[in-house]
Amino acid sequence: MTTVTQAGPAAQAGPAHPLEHRRPLGDRTFAIVALACGLLVLAILILIAVSTSQQASSWFSTEGLKIFTNNWNPAANDYGALAFIYGTAVTAIIALILAVPVSVGIALLLTEVVPYRWSRPIVYVIDLLAVVPSVVWGLWGILVFAPWIQHIYAHIASVVNGVPVFGFFFGTPTSGASFFTAGIILAFMITPIVTSLSREVIATVPAIDKEGAYALGATRLEMIRGAVWPHSQGGVVGAVLLGLGRAMGETIAAALVIGSSATITSRLFAPGYNMPAVIANQFGEAYGVFRAALMGLGVLLFAFTIIVNVIARGIVERSARRKRGG
Amino acid sequence: MAVIADQHQVDLREPKGWRRSSNRIATILMVTSFVVVLIPLGFVLFTVIAKGASVISWKFLTGGPIPPNVLPADVGGMGPAVLGTIEITGIATVMAVPLGILGAVYLNEYGGKNPLATLIGFMSDVMTGVPSIVMGLFIFSIWVLHFGFSGFAGALALACLMLPIVIRSTYEMLRLVPNSLREGSYALGATKARVTVTVVLPAAIGGIVSGALLAVARAAGETAPLLFTILTVTAANPNVFSGANTSLPSQIFVNASSPYDGAQARGWGAALTLIAICFILMIVARLVTARFARYQH
Repeated sequence: MTTVTQAGPAAQAGPAHPLEHRRPLGDRTFAIVALACGLLVLAILILIAVSTSQQASSWFSTEGLKIFTNNWNPAANDYGALAFIYGTAVTAIIALILAVPVSVGIALLLTEVVPYRWSRPIVYVIDLLAVVPSVVWGLWGILVFAPWIQHIYAHIASVVNGVPVFGFFFGTPTSGASFFTAGIILAFMITPIVTSLSREVIATVPAIDKEGAYALGATRLEMIRGAVWPHSQGGVVGAVLLGLGRAMGETIAAALVIGSSATITSRLFAPGYNMPAVIANQFGEAYGVFRAALMGLGVLLFAFTIIVNVIARGIVERSARRKRGG
Repeated sequence: MAVIADQHQVDLREPKGWRRSSNRIATILMVTSFVVVLIPLGFVLFTVIAKGASVISWKFLTGGPIPPNVLPADVGGMGPAVLGTIEITGIATVMAVPLGILGAVYLNEYGGKNPLATLIGFMSDVMTGVPSIVMGLFIFSIWVLHFGFSGFAGALALACLMLPIVIRSTYEMLRLVPNSLREGSYALGATKARVTVTVVLPAAIGGIVSGALLAVARAAGETAPLLFTILTVTAANPNVFSGANTSLPSQIFVNASSPYDGAQARGWGAALTLIAICFILMIVARLVTARFARYQH
């Protein structure tokens, strides 16, 4: 310790151990400030969990496990949220079924098919898609897309009514604002993120594997199946899960086009509701337990998305590490 | 030649039959998937421009207050919403960008591979996936319940959304800065803080600015975090620190669910304004990146 405290005066004469200099105050302050900014991320996440659950506590305590029943009637003080959880799952699954094949297709197109000078414009287009704000998708969805697709729904429903499986999912009633419309709009919105993450993963496949496959006489499809896919499978699953997280939490577009009806039905063309949409639409006029219930839906949503994201990021990082050979 | 023709021939360069057609089909499907994405994007942009362009005028962009929904499109303007969006996004940027850059500096320059830095980096990525509406609820519980609705509350919510995006993009840029720059600077006797501020950050500035602009573009279009933090009012409120405010996205949300033609037309006009702002930010970000890339080699 004594050598350190005497480092100041000794410095003029040339210190015996120059590397043991005490770092100047400004330097240490900067390090601490940077650390504080890093810790801010953890602090915010913990604060979100604590503060929102506190606000939601009266919902959890008064309803108990009844929060998972299908009975949402604020006028009668019933706050069972199953319909919203169901709607969130259904719309997110529709969005994934529509978006994942398209996204992986574009990712493969970008990495394996088109030359670099063509891939740039395609990436720009995907970026444009990502920049269109949620509320603009919603505005277009409810004023232009829903009235147009309503006729298609009605047509499909009249054809499949009574047909065993198809009638169960695509039968009447139909409405322009429905689970399926929300799923389609969400699919547009998650395509950019799934595409760009899949592309990153697929781009890490070693060129030597691909060339090896070609050298054995494989066609491009066989090369993709044999060399690219086994390598990038895990990462693509992670990308899909991140898309799922996005689709579950996307609020405004869903709030406008989902039809706002708290029902559980297998009919995908019928109006429904999901968790973010009900929060957005009803929070303004909510007080007491009603507000706590909506806050609680936010807590559930936060928990779901955190779990999905942790798993997804874990998968992506693990597959990236394996690729680096660590 | 005749001998070879008698044998079972496998021409590796030109696959025939099903192998060939399945490959063709796969390629066609990939191209189709891009076209499938192009159609809705084109459709949205076309509709927004077609319906919004006729509404937009100088009076629409600056005039106010925002008229009631029943009135036709040529009355009043979206001035208060434009003002609100600029103020709220601006304040969010001023808060989130420096904090995010410093956070990334910690991760790359100080943390390295220690467990805390790994955890922070991982959780920051996870935080990008937190739904924007949850950020709104969060700020509502810790700020609005105590201090009331204000533009600043909205800015806090947007800053929470931007923070992890800025951290991630800055971190990626800092990793690209060659170690020789740092070592050269240390060799001249600079402290770590000085190396970071005068050598590492300037070397990565292009990428950092471009990442920050993309985060701003994302935040400017967000509605959900603003719904319960700024409310939606019709008169301009230049004071962001007190009183309810409004913004372009929240105004579009209100107008989209209105049955009146005038309100819908104003919604399309506001949507075109918002998309223009977001696209301009994105294009500027691209230009900055392109300029930066030129200096790299």
